[in-house]
Amino acid sequence: MLSNAPVYKRSVKNIKDVYISHINGKSKEAEIKRINKELANIRSKFKGDKALDGYSKKKYVCKLLFIFLLGHDIDFGHMEAVNLLSSNKYTEKQIGYLFISVLVNSNSELIRLINNAIKNDLSSRNPTFMCLALHCIANVGSREMAEAFAGEIPRILVAGDTMDSVKQSAALCLLRLYKTSPDLVLMGEWTSRVVHLLNDQHMGVVTAAISLITCLSQKNPDEFKTCVSLAVSRLSRIVSSASTDLQDYTYYFVPAPWLSCKLLRLLQCYPPPEDGAVKGRLVECLETILNKAQEPPKSKKVQHSNAKNAILFEAISLIIHYDSEPNLLVRACNQLGQFLQHRETNLRYLALESMCTLASSEFSHEAVKTHIETVINALKTERDVSVRQRAADLLYAMCDRSNAKQIVAEMLSYLETADYSIREEMVLKVAILAEKYAVDYSWYVDTILNLIRIAGDYVSEEVWYRVIQIVINRDDVQGYAAKTVFEALQAPACHENMVKVGGYILGEFGNLIAGDPRSSPLVQFNLLHSKFHLCSVPTRALLLSAYIKFINLFPETKSTIQEVLRSDSQIRNSDVELQQRAVEYLKLSSIASTDVLATVLEEMPPFPERESSILAKLKKKKGPGAVSVNELEEGKREGELNGGGERGGDNSGIAASNASTPSPSADLLGLRTGPPVTAAAPSAGSLLVDVFSEAGVNDDGFLSSAPPSVVSEDTAPPLPESNELLNKFVCKNNGVLFENQLLQIGIKSEYRQNLGRMYLFYGNKTSVQFVTFTTTVTCPGELQSHILHIYTCKHMFILAYTCYDKLNVQTKPVEPLIEGGAQVQQVINIECLSDFCEAPLLNIKFRYGGALQNLTLKLPVTINKFFQPTEMASHDFFQRWKQLSQPQQEAQKIFKANHAMDTEVLKAKLLGLGMALLENVDPNPENFVCAGVIQTKAQQVGSLLRLEPNAQAQMYRLTLRSSKDTVSKRLCELLAEQF
Amino acid sequence: MLLFSRQGKLRLQKWYVPLSDTQKKKISREVIQMVLARKPKMCSFLEWRDLKIVYKRYASLYFCCAVEDQENELITLEIIHRYVELLDKYFGSVCELDIIFNFEKAYYILDEFILGGEAQETSKKNVLKAIEQADMLQEEAETPRSVLEEIGLT
Repeated sequence: MLSNAPVYKRSVKNIKDVYISHINGKSKEAEIKRINKELANIRSKFKGDKALDGYSKKKYVCKLLFIFLLGHDIDFGHMEAVNLLSSNKYTEKQIGYLFISVLVNSNSELIRLINNAIKNDLSSRNPTFMCLALHCIANVGSREMAEAFAGEIPRILVAGDTMDSVKQSAALCLLRLYKTSPDLVLMGEWTSRVVHLLNDQHMGVVTAAISLITCLSQKNPDEFKTCVSLAVSRLSRIVSSASTDLQDYTYYFVPAPWLSCKLLRLLQCYPPPEDGAVKGRLVECLETILNKAQEPPKSKKVQHSNAKNAILFEAISLIIHYDSEPNLLVRACNQLGQFLQHRETNLRYLALESMCTLASSEFSHEAVKTHIETVINALKTERDVSVRQRAADLLYAMCDRSNAKQIVAEMLSYLETADYSIREEMVLKVAILAEKYAVDYSWYVDTILNLIRIAGDYVSEEVWYRVIQIVINRDDVQGYAAKTVFEALQAPACHENMVKVGGYILGEFGNLIAGDPRSSPLVQFNLLHSKFHLCSVPTRALLLSAYIKFINLFPETKSTIQEVLRSDSQIRNSDVELQQRAVEYLKLSSIASTDVLATVLEEMPPFPERESSILAKLKKKKGPGAVSVNELEEGKREGELNGGGERGGDNSGIAASNASTPSPSADLLGLRTGPPVTAAAPSAGSLLVDVFSEAGVNDDGFLSSAPPSVVSEDTAPPLPESNELLNKFVCKNNGVLFENQLLQIGIKSEYRQNLGRMYLFYGNKTSVQFVTFTTTVTCPGELQSHILHIYTCKHMFILAYTCYDKLNVQTKPVEPLIEGGAQVQQVINIECLSDFCEAPLLNIKFRYGGALQNLTLKLPVTINKFFQPTEMASHDFFQRWKQLSQPQQEAQKIFKANHAMDTEVLKAKLLGLGMALLENVDPNPENFVCAGVIQTKAQQVGSLLRLEPNAQAQMYRLTLRSSKDTVSKRLCELLAEQF
Repeated sequence: MLLFSRQGKLRLQKWYVPLSDTQKKKISREVIQMVLARKPKMCSFLEWRDLKIVYKRYASLYFCCAVEDQENELITLEIIHRYVELLDKYFGSVCELDIIFNFEKAYYILDEFILGGEAQETSKKNVLKAIEQADMLQEEAETPRSVLEEIGLT
């Protein structure tokens, strides 16, 4: 056998010196030069007049392969390789197939030739040739091959006269095709015969077939359920066999470890067997496996123990999957406990991982908990970060009320030295455990503040929002919290998140500790203000709000704080937000009476109880619980709203004229019960330009070349109005969402990854105040299950909100803040957790001249806002396009153009959409292609777009492909309205 | 599955999912870097994207498999070992150079052993028997090279 090796070496001997220079570390240039020379030589041979004989062809193709494997690109020789396939000499065929397997590209002409050669070999009845052909199909596994052979291979697989080795290849070949093109592989009539391969006498056939059966069972469990009893009896025979019975299938004294693992894996596709006898037999097997783990090893070789333990772990997975045999679960747990201190790092890692799932079973949770000391020790002493990570996961999983304090303390102390890569997750976990198992809230507050101190950078907003919510909702902890943050802020360098929490809590509850001269109002203020200049804009804004709250809490600080607000660095701050706050707060504090101030700046009302947003962050995918910020009392009226107008930045002084009339007849559902929202002027939209000065990318395209028809979308055929409004904002982020004679609502929004922030500006266009002005954001149906996470930044908003509300109660004359023409701002933070279709609803209620105004709009939050553009080359684009070829992944619409088909306008819109507009990708320059990834908390959804305008017919064809069908569909719907 | 040397040179690569060349290159680079950075006593598994990497070092070569998350790590480790045994048995105490110069054999052996990412034949004897048979065929074919056989080739 060994004597064959030189024969092969001969085929590449010329190139050997190339390689020698390669490993001898000769300069890269020398190597490339040598390779290029060789390539030129081969090329000339292939092109030469003299027809090459099979042998030399093989030799050169082989050389090309070799050069490719050294890491150089090969762009020729494919044809010669394909020619080799039809040779009837084994080695030539073999090299040809190898070249195809390694270097095939989807050149359709070649694929046809290759498929032909394969077809010949498959029907040759020469098992060696058949295997080669099957290997090639399995290696390439393209859709074209699936089309050509998916019907043929099952026949080969179950035919009575097929050789065992061919059967094995056929089974796995079919599996590969099934994975690439499940729609083309139809088992139907073959099902039962394939399942019966589990009974085959040849262990190799069983080993190969079981992979296929497992994959098919996962997809069609019912059709394949007869495999359960066959698998159990096969497993039972293997488990009870002596180590020598299976001859060459015994691996280091372990009978058929691969097959055993696969059988156990197959059983995990199904619930426990219903048939008592089968189940009894299976439990017996599992017990035997657990018993064997206790026996002294038959060999000292690591392969022996690995193989044995591989079966053990797979058996434990099955036991956990069934989760119905307390006895086995506890035994499994004890077994894993032994591994926790094993000297093999691999076993410790796996034991920690496996125990993590055991901890969630009610039967074994207590048993897992007994190992807490060992796991904590692992967290402290393991040298490998991946093992430590597993230990941290396990601690999280085994945590309950009885051990929470200990575990949280350990995780906190670990956090100080933890690897950067896992800190954020650790922080979330600690925060969740602290909240979930908090018995007294002072412990909770301590824990979170510690968290911020130790790993402030990794404390996400959710975490500190949450601590504030809890403090506000719990009277008993407020004094303690104020005292603790005050102390924490004493540290010379404290994290900005600490300043935020500190500012917020002292602003609300600073009075609770003001009795102590060491924390008198001025001391508190000075402490906070000493951090001011080191903080970022949002924190400063928060601190300014805390200051105005101080003025209310402690009148004695008024002059000091007014002094600060009045200083140039505040009142003339270059940041608009800060400046506005400084001005408004200064004015508020000097004009309003103490009574007014007291009501406006009252302590925050308790937050509505809801599920922790942190948990949602960690859960990502499933889990109940509502996210709505407030209850929408009159949710029935949703959808009832006004047509919106748009205003062109400062270039239009007559913005109001674009308001459209809310006609009762547009209320298709007849749900409108209140008075008409307002009597508004008829639309005069065409005077206005559909663009805003801040609209960034939209600007140029729209201003310079927008033809009249693009100008106003008000003239578009009527849609349910809310959707129409929504559609306006699909490709832009800023603008006027809504306008009637009373009220104008402007929007500015920005998005980054899966987060968004939206500023809503409510402008009073009348000279009369609005009273009891309230707004609520709610999420309709599907959004409530945590798909979109919206939280209004309570502190900023409540201020505006209470102004209207409370001032009205006192029926005082209108303050400048709400005088006609005044504007208030609301900030909405949005987090996209998963893809969604429905937009959240914004309900606005207020009284104008005694009449209740009530409208519900759709907030223009659409899935495309979370696009991250992806640049890619043409080749990559089409590759991905092909990968997303399942029918449900594609959505397509053909529609008539609503606007003039101006290239620049289209480009601007597509850019506004958020995807990357790819140039030079589509062979037709008229077409547009885009690529982007939608960032949601749960997953990223890659999407590709192709827009084909047909100027003659004034039509578009829009095609979207993305890895998630709902996304393709939604994007297609949204976009079809845009052009 | 990837095979690479301690210097990070890729010696053998086998992909069981369709990927573009640039993706392949990027993944190889990333994985090689990660695995080489690990110290000897560390565990042989690491999480990477949503896959698990199982690797083992034999002399100067790293053998490395990326498997799905629920896949059994230990048995994958033994897949690697069995492949090494097969190479060893065939070449007789295999070394890195054997794999470089007889790359096609290394691929054939792998194909006989694993197909489409799943074990096809775990018996050492059977795999080697298949390779032997192929070698026999080759021996026969190599010796008489008649012109007739070449007809219809080019």
